[in-house]
Amino acid sequence: MARRERRTRVKERPVVGAPTARDFASGVSPDWCPGCGDFGVLSSLQNAYAKLGRGNHEHLTVSGIGCSSNLPGYVQTYGMHTLHGRALAVATGAKMANHEMNVVVTGGDGDGYGIGGNHFVHTMRKNVDLLYIVMNNQIYGLTVGQTSPTSLMGMKTYSTPFGNIEEPINPIALAIVAGATYVARGFSGNPRQLADLMYNGMQHKGFALIDVFSPCVTFNKDNTFDFFKPRVQELPEDHDVSDKGVALEQAVKWGDEIPIGLFYQDTERSSLEQMEPVLENGPMAHQPLGISKEQGEAIIRRLM
Amino acid sequence: MANYDFVVAVGGAPGQGIDTVGKSMSQICARHGLHVFTYSAYQSLIRGGHTFLTIRISSEPVANHGDKIDLVIALDRNSLEKHLPHVAPGGAIIYNSDDVKQAPEREDIQLCPISYKELSDNTDRKKLMLNICMFGVALNMVGGDLAVLEDIITLTFLKRKGQAITDANLAVARAGYNHAAAHFNPFEAQFTKQEPLAFVDGNSAMAMGGAAAGVKFYCAYPMSPSTGVLKWMADNARDLSIMVRQCEDEISVINMVIGAAHAGCRAMCATSGGGFALMTEAIGSAGMMEIPIVVINVQRGGPSTGLPTKTEQGDLWQLLGASQGDFPKIIVSPTSIMDGFDTIPELFNLVDKFQCPGMVLSDLTLSMGFTTFAPESVNWQPKIDRGELITGAAQTNGDYLRYQITDSGISPRAIPGTPGHVHVVATDDHDEDGGLISDEFTNPHKRRDIMDKRQRKMEGIAAQLPPPTLEGPEDAEITLIGWGSTHSVIGEAAQQLTEAGMPTNHIHFKWLYPIDEDAVNAVLDKAAHAVVVECNYTGQFARFLRGETGFKAAGHIRKYDGEPFMPHHIVEGAQELFGGKVGVYVPYQEIVV
Repeated sequence: MARRERRTRVKERPVVGAPTARDFASGVSPDWCPGCGDFGVLSSLQNAYAKLGRGNHEHLTVSGIGCSSNLPGYVQTYGMHTLHGRALAVATGAKMANHEMNVVVTGGDGDGYGIGGNHFVHTMRKNVDLLYIVMNNQIYGLTVGQTSPTSLMGMKTYSTPFGNIEEPINPIALAIVAGATYVARGFSGNPRQLADLMYNGMQHKGFALIDVFSPCVTFNKDNTFDFFKPRVQELPEDHDVSDKGVALEQAVKWGDEIPIGLFYQDTERSSLEQMEPVLENGPMAHQPLGISKEQGEAIIRRLM
Repeated sequence: MANYDFVVAVGGAPGQGIDTVGKSMSQICARHGLHVFTYSAYQSLIRGGHTFLTIRISSEPVANHGDKIDLVIALDRNSLEKHLPHVAPGGAIIYNSDDVKQAPEREDIQLCPISYKELSDNTDRKKLMLNICMFGVALNMVGGDLAVLEDIITLTFLKRKGQAITDANLAVARAGYNHAAAHFNPFEAQFTKQEPLAFVDGNSAMAMGGAAAGVKFYCAYPMSPSTGVLKWMADNARDLSIMVRQCEDEISVINMVIGAAHAGCRAMCATSGGGFALMTEAIGSAGMMEIPIVVINVQRGGPSTGLPTKTEQGDLWQLLGASQGDFPKIIVSPTSIMDGFDTIPELFNLVDKFQCPGMVLSDLTLSMGFTTFAPESVNWQPKIDRGELITGAAQTNGDYLRYQITDSGISPRAIPGTPGHVHVVATDDHDEDGGLISDEFTNPHKRRDIMDKRQRKMEGIAAQLPPPTLEGPEDAEITLIGWGSTHSVIGEAAQQLTEAGMPTNHIHFKWLYPIDEDAVNAVLDKAAHAVVVECNYTGQFARFLRGETGFKAAGHIRKYDGEPFMPHHIVEGAQELFGGKVGVYVPYQEIVV
């Protein structure tokens, strides 16, 4: 793996005027292998943050553990580099505490679909207003190449030397049925489209998943940029994103043609924080602490 | 007037309304100004099985369920047979003669058969209101006020069940009350009337303490015996503006709490030992990221699923060892139900100041017990000190260091959303700036500096925690040492021993970790022949104390059968260990449910 050139953050600059992608670079050089798909995801994310037009301090980037989960260190926003698989739970807590922040969760397929699978399903069900970007390289990279929940059948890895015999997860189809309200697939080799998907995902009120083909150039010799380039196809222009059935039909497509783009979006359903009456007075983190004497006395009356 | 000290116990099958009787009896006592402590021996069944609720009633504050039972209300034949031997001489047992072919035999107590069929005019064949009828009987015998009972019945039923059911309950209650007046001898010691008290269970008290401390985010996964905290929080969330969430598992619970705490809320959760086990990795992450959180562990019998409805003090080492590596943390064990209320704000101030996880060790006895308290004794507005927190738009020149190395180890904490303080918190080890050092070819100097910084906080915490208290005569021959929920029962045993001519004092620990070795040893130096009393098999606290202070207790009284200590268990153990004897005494539990 490449050595990092720069390990310390640049000073946080006050943003003057409309922010640019550069304003969202932390200055720390990613420790990813040269050619890693995650570079395209990082630049797309910095672009999407800039396009949203809010200050650095108004974003929170949360990750788990894995190569791709090092990402919060490389963006100039508030960041949390949490435990393996737990980013969605932490991010949900943070979003519920301060729903005015733009909370983006990043991580890999092992982190999100494997060890974090339980949180993945339930966070979608709850429709928490988060953007979740999964850099899906279909392999465990940081532990040097074991099978992942999205590794294809037959794939030979350190842990499956005779070929993988387990069916991979289909994150797009799973997300659609589990209750996510914005479900998209991107490709690191198409950063322009990816940045648009991210920007729209941040704007979406509810849980947004973007599964990104982000090839591992070191440990996955099957699902490379060359594998994806001829296969990925934009969803048809007349694709109806509000139709769950149609979205599922597209989601199960795999082979010579693999659709990318926005599969499904539900703009009707309320997100969790929109459903929560205690947020009427603004973010929990800004509420005055404690209870009044009158509230205390009312509690006592119920105990007598 | 001599202290009024009376114990009523209610036995029956779950579903027979024992909780209603327990709650109503406690409420009536509280309205009479009498103090109450309840203990419910129950089983993990929704219906079927057997439940035995003990209500100790006293003119003085009381925090354990005592030694004797004066009056048993037997709602079914099983309870009559099982608990007849438990009634103290001079006591009484109320039972339904319709169910019993042969009268029970005991000449030293008053047998109080009622025919529920007759008393209810045969209108309640399913015996749904038998509990209320017998309650009327009992209340008459102890001199309770019928009008208070009527008021409580109306309060309990009118809103939920309507007028007809309320009236029916009132009728059987009166029938029972009047029947007792005509047929049974009242107890010599009768209820008195003082200023009314409030009453609360331990879980609610801790939840109330959380609300008073400013908890704005609470989440949980249901687990006995901690679920009462979730219930209180959920019931009061909207009135008090608290975010309450139920999560998919305890891993999610603790991680959500960490996220909410990092984003600026005072955040709390509660679980029991098994759920806590799932939380351990994240507890370490709160230590590493320096995020203040409060986790309550309501202990039940372990290991594994263990004894879901029984008590134990068996999780001390789990909390001490929770998560890998070394990091600052605080462990506290409330010594009574209302101490649980006070403990939560105290702990929040500490964890906010020292930016670390705080853990509360409660147990089933404390959390599911009910106690009375004087309404005016509650401090709804405890001190709230959030420590070195940056929330406003304080200007920086962009070089804020989240983990700045300081003498105290405390680095000012900026809440996300604050302009000019953008930073990353990481579960990987990091430098002052939050930059990862774990991957920086493991920089040993930076690692040492940041470890030193974090661990320096422990000195500050230890210096701030009050040492244990020594209660009872100074010139004792035996010293009982305990921790957490056993404060009252050990204290009562010490008093009984002293009165019986065996001068005994009592050292009790509330703040368990970190230990200020010198301050604690100064107290332990005063100990006589020392006996550690705790509710587990291996003497977890005795071993902990020995490791932290070098203090080796001579004797041990340990209970691990699932039932809490009664004072006489400890008295008998102390008598056994009197005269400098060493060893482990395991009391025998007479009341088996």
